[in-house]
Amino acid sequence: MTANTHASRLERRFAALKEESRAALVTFITAGDPDYANSLDILLGLPEAGADVIELGMPFTDPMADGPAIQLANQRSLAAGQDMLKTLQMVRILREQDQDTPVILMGYYNPIYRYGVKRFLEEAAEEGVDGLIVVDLPPEHDDELCIPAREAGIHFIRLATPTTDAKRLPGVLTNTSGFLYYVSSTGVTGSAAPTPEKVQTEVEAIRAHTDIPIGVGFGIRTPEQAARIAHFADGVVVGSALIDCIAKADTPEAGTRAVLALTRDLSAAVRSARQ
Amino acid sequence: MSTRNTLRQGPDTSGFFGRFGGRFVAETLMPLILDLQAEYEKAKQDPEFHAELEVLRKDFVGRETPLYLAERLTEALGGAKIYLKREDLNHTGAHKINNCLGQILLAKRMGKKRIIAETGAGMHGVATATVAARFGLECVIYMGSTDIHRQQPNVQRMKLLGAEVIPVTSGTGTLKDAMNEALRDWVTNVDNTFYIIGTVAGPHPYPALVRDFQAVIGEETRRQIMAKEGRLPDTLVACIGGGSNAMGLFHPFLDDVSVHMIGVEAGGEGLDKRHAASLKGGEPGVLHGNRTFLLQSEDGQIQDAHSISAGLDYPGIGPEHAWLHDIKRVEYVAVTDQEALEGFKALCKYEGIIPALESSHALAHVLKLAPTLPKDHIIVVNLSGRGDKDMTTVTEHLAHELAD
Repeated sequence: MTANTHASRLERRFAALKEESRAALVTFITAGDPDYANSLDILLGLPEAGADVIELGMPFTDPMADGPAIQLANQRSLAAGQDMLKTLQMVRILREQDQDTPVILMGYYNPIYRYGVKRFLEEAAEEGVDGLIVVDLPPEHDDELCIPAREAGIHFIRLATPTTDAKRLPGVLTNTSGFLYYVSSTGVTGSAAPTPEKVQTEVEAIRAHTDIPIGVGFGIRTPEQAARIAHFADGVVVGSALIDCIAKADTPEAGTRAVLALTRDLSAAVRSARQ
Repeated sequence: MSTRNTLRQGPDTSGFFGRFGGRFVAETLMPLILDLQAEYEKAKQDPEFHAELEVLRKDFVGRETPLYLAERLTEALGGAKIYLKREDLNHTGAHKINNCLGQILLAKRMGKKRIIAETGAGMHGVATATVAARFGLECVIYMGSTDIHRQQPNVQRMKLLGAEVIPVTSGTGTLKDAMNEALRDWVTNVDNTFYIIGTVAGPHPYPALVRDFQAVIGEETRRQIMAKEGRLPDTLVACIGGGSNAMGLFHPFLDDVSVHMIGVEAGGEGLDKRHAASLKGGEPGVLHGNRTFLLQSEDGQIQDAHSISAGLDYPGIGPEHAWLHDIKRVEYVAVTDQEALEGFKALCKYEGIIPALESSHALAHVLKLAPTLPKDHIIVVNLSGRGDKDMTTVTEHLAHELAD
């Protein structure tokens, strides 16, 4: 499918990158980490640094599927006073300067449930959110948020994992749109990744079942790793490695610079992967 | 008896009790959860499974546990006749072993070689380590660092039983964080690992299967009270953290309209201060695989529970309890840390039984309730565990009295 006026921002972005014959760099940061002002600086700098799609984490006290790096990011963000209103406000401010980079809110169901699904979807659509990834909502619970989100014009992006067998895959793909996020290893975010060859085999098996783009994440930390995945995947997701830049920095400003510098390196690697 | 009006057939096929329950887990775990459900359905139909469980209950755990008339406590309170269901006399000292035995047999059926569990007070950890040793399986227990400090004897027990005890420092270092960490382990080692959840919470089918394994408490109570009194009890009282001992006692009586049931939550320092009373002080939300009442902020962030009793220190409650609260079948109340200590002291003084601080919450409510009721009113209290593990905590709180 080529870009057309009816396609969503996310579909247009993946279609355009397909024309360029390259993968998308998908970056994850936790909203409000290390604090609102610095997190906003990072967010506003990401498109220019080469992020093709932005995943923005909605912080939660109990991130059960995340490893230590993102757990700490959630804690820093909440300690600095982040809440759902501020996260949505960050998207609104980004949209004042960037109408093209898709933004996906990622997190856990409870903060959305407590905010109110209807109110959340109305406000998210209004501020320019393009998609949602909600870790603890499997297809069995599509009525909760997935279907209402699609009706509100927001993509619901599902995770597929090495445990998603041929029997489950069709159910996982139903109602998934925008792209499919292939989690390359069982385990939490930040875990070591299996070999690119193994991931490629698995991604190709999924491709037999769907035409939507496939992004690959979990354990991709360096430009070299990103390039190897970008060789065959439609998107490369990097999260914990960027978060570590924030955690290790001496000052919040240095953290922002480090995140954007790594994003530039990752972007260059992804752009040259298939050349 | 009409089956149409039964309250005992939940959950539905999606794991819901009314609006509570469900399977809110990451995709990685879904296939395993579905496998577990299928295996449990098969086991329920398998006479050999039940026969093996029955032998272990009798010869390994020491069931059935007595239903004991607390004569001096009854006399001292001057009202209702009080019976104690003596789950404290089980092997490992609490009701937790009932569930662990059932689940380890499921693990064996599923060919899993590695057992993980979360624990708060350590009783579930000890029970899990015990059954893992009994069946020769590797065992890893996640325990909050705060709880490790206040429940040292249980930590030593788990280690002696061959379990690896991993301290959890993330979050507040209590039961909910231990459960997060156990879920992270499970999602990582999904192929070879069986997660023995300790209470009637978590994703479907856990709330149902834990309840079924604990229902032996209520089934025995029913037989025993009929033998002793020739009639059903008027009131059942049990403490609630996640709610497994209460669910086990209540479930066989849910359709008996004459039986009043009271679940006692941990009121901590009081409901206007720090506490662990999810129903009395929480709001519906989604955590650890199920929708239930949770202690949480306006923004959906989970708040820290507080209780003198590590086993009740959890910001949620099993979904079936949330439903029974919704439909008002069970009354839920809260008692404070201070009141629980009074319950603890009363049982020591009048009956020569040192109760767990968890069970002391149920006793504390009975101290208030029994004097208001006539002498022919029968109360059964679930004495869910013994108090040896709580000596450090109790000694700290009662230092001035014990020094006299």
